[in-house]
Amino acid sequence: MTIRRFVLIAIAALLFAAGPQVAGAVQPDEMLSDPVLEQRARDLSAGLRCMVCQNQSIDDSDAELARDLRVLVRERLAAGDSDAEVIEYVVSRYGEFVLLKPRVSPRNALLWATPVLILLAGVIVLALGVSRRRKKRAAPLTPEEEAALKGILNERD
Amino acid sequence: MSVELGHFALILAFALSLVQASAPLVGARLGNGRLMQIGEPAAITGFALITLAFAALMLAYVQSDFSVLNVWENSHSAKPLLFKLTGTWGNHEGSMLLWVLILSLFGAMVAFFGSNLPPSLRANVLAVQGMIASAFLLFILATSNPFARLQPAPIEGRDLNPILQDVGLAVHPPLLYLGYVGFSISFSFAVAALLDGRIDAAWARWVRPWTLAAWAFLTGGIAMGSYWAYYELGWGGFWFWDPVENASFLPWLSGTALLHSALVMEKRGALKIWTVLLAILTFSLSLLGTFLVRSGVLTSVHTFASDPARGVFILAILMLFIGGALALFAWRASALAPGGLFHPISREGALVLNNLLLTTAAATVLVGTLYPLLVEAVTGDKISVGAPFFNLTFLPLFLPLLLAMPFGPVLAWKRGDLVAAAQRLHLAFAVAAIAGFMVYFLVDRATAFAAIGVGIGLWLVCGAIADLAVKAGAGKVGPVVGLRRLWGLPRAMKGTALAHAGMGLTVLGVVCVTTLEAERIVTMQPGDRVEISDFSLRFDDIRPFTGPNYSEEQAFFTLFSSGGRQIGEIVSSKRFYTARGMPTTEAGIETLLLSQLYISIGDATSAGGLVVRVWWKPMVTLIWLGALVMMIGGTVSLLDRRLRIGAPKASPKRRLATAGEGG
Repeated sequence: MTIRRFVLIAIAALLFAAGPQVAGAVQPDEMLSDPVLEQRARDLSAGLRCMVCQNQSIDDSDAELARDLRVLVRERLAAGDSDAEVIEYVVSRYGEFVLLKPRVSPRNALLWATPVLILLAGVIVLALGVSRRRKKRAAPLTPEEEAALKGILNERD
Repeated sequence: MSVELGHFALILAFALSLVQASAPLVGARLGNGRLMQIGEPAAITGFALITLAFAALMLAYVQSDFSVLNVWENSHSAKPLLFKLTGTWGNHEGSMLLWVLILSLFGAMVAFFGSNLPPSLRANVLAVQGMIASAFLLFILATSNPFARLQPAPIEGRDLNPILQDVGLAVHPPLLYLGYVGFSISFSFAVAALLDGRIDAAWARWVRPWTLAAWAFLTGGIAMGSYWAYYELGWGGFWFWDPVENASFLPWLSGTALLHSALVMEKRGALKIWTVLLAILTFSLSLLGTFLVRSGVLTSVHTFASDPARGVFILAILMLFIGGALALFAWRASALAPGGLFHPISREGALVLNNLLLTTAAATVLVGTLYPLLVEAVTGDKISVGAPFFNLTFLPLFLPLLLAMPFGPVLAWKRGDLVAAAQRLHLAFAVAAIAGFMVYFLVDRATAFAAIGVGIGLWLVCGAIADLAVKAGAGKVGPVVGLRRLWGLPRAMKGTALAHAGMGLTVLGVVCVTTLEAERIVTMQPGDRVEISDFSLRFDDIRPFTGPNYSEEQAFFTLFSSGGRQIGEIVSSKRFYTARGMPTTEAGIETLLLSQLYISIGDATSAGGLVVRVWWKPMVTLIWLGALVMMIGGTVSLLDRRLRIGAPKASPKRRLATAGEGG
């Protein structure tokens, strides 16, 4: 168990927010000399989960396994892989668990659809409410009232 | 001896909470005034008993009484006094005790200040508070007793987790709990209203100050937690979308929605049913947060199943209260008459939009937090939902909310005029747009996202200022009269403007630091320099140091401007806490106006170098300063005469004078 993981669990057990731990993460000796490639590696790393940590990307983690994965990502990039190819390679080895942003798939449909569904439901409820009230407001005038109203208006003229 | 006294006081408090949960409820049903009156003394005495229990535990910590299991597990005789005191709630048992202490504090405050409430409403509110208190007191007594003894008593304790040995622990949990548990009052009011089957604008007026207070505390608690994580974590992140953080953010989102819908209800009598539902949901999310964090379910569904006592207990409490309240809602909500018609373009309309977006955002965060558990429970697969998902889904929902925010306060109730509102805000829009363009064309590395973000932040700040300026009659009256009018504006108006401006400041901070941050990761020898942003940082040397219960390596740095002028000295260190054998990092931070230079040191290399991480974090302090301004806004609003808790009814003269107030 890495220090970070231990601390995160300890914190999670103690408090509702904050997850302080020991700094570590990307080491100078891991970094690629090409700044463009290195930036791509950093961006990819931020979306990959450290498997032994709680909700931490490999870019933030000081765990051994995270380091291995960071090095792997850089090796693939240096070998000329595209971003998608690197992700595909990592997922094929470690499963979808490593993706901090889950793929859009039938299994994850509910997850991705939630914002849209809730927003739509809210808009529909509001629209129904408005139209119902419109009708309510329009209905109450009976023919007698209508006639009375006309009479009043005619008086004015 | 005092420990047993504390334990006994806690048992008495539990027995009393059962009385508080039943007698006033029965009294309100039967119309028996005497039974209803039992609520107040029970609530106040219960608070006194729990305070006694809490003080007994704190005393055991101060005295380092290691015959108490909880103290032995979480304290050390060499620990500084402050951390002995705060260590009382730096563990599961103690923090649950703090939770019920604050719950009973709020109950006692309703009893104390609630003399102007209708007797049956007050009785029902106190009864619901009694029910929550009895459930959690039973939870503590049955599964998490902080007073358990240890025989024979060890000589030395195991020390508090070093990460928690920080001032943050003194401030963050109490503030957070004041917010979390504060929403229990809105919940109790909602349930009481459903029991009564009666709800009106006066109800909203009673609920609003409690909600406002809870919201202000929660805002402060979350911000404090964020800053604590920022300086203690060692890489300067301020928000991680960690499930534990989400658990505190969810009640904030729905609590913010509640604050605004209660406003509509108070002023216009509309959104009654929705406000009651939101009050129930907000506290339900607080309870859910407690469950998520306390049960261990977050680590994995399987950890939860392997040690279920505490988790199942809280789950039962959760289902009882959320399920019970929602069932009551389904049964009685139709009895609450809807009211208040309004045009979509109006203050009400803007607040409905606010509620729609905030609720959707809350649902998104909730589903994102729970989805991995759901998938694991149903299919056995493990998936992760982390920051990239939340950023992608949360931002599109929050963006329109921020854009619409300045319009709310300048629109009229019932039927607003969008053109007139836009005219009032045109100057604010111009300032924001110009600033956005300037950032895009003048600042190095600024992306379109940075420019738009800065524009939106300033739009909120300037929009809030424009709102107050127009209400004070800017342009129509002279500066002296204008300032006097500004000062004389209702506090609720000033509070709204402050809170909205605070949100703008936070947005500015978040945007600047995420888009314009600079980072250097290097190996340094003493005497080496590293250039970052417009600065040059020299690593001087590294020296050992011994603290009361830790040893540390302090690295000394000197910061220079690009012109070579010395700006300051920064110390960043690595500590090793001997009792637990755990290391921590203490980041070195130099604040320059609103921005910070942040240094965190890593491991020594074999060649005698030191791994150093340096960040330039522009405008980062605005993130928390903005939250502070929001908190001040909430407090100012709370001090409004109209909402002052327990204030005597306004004199007729004063009532006439304030009749035309806005929100």
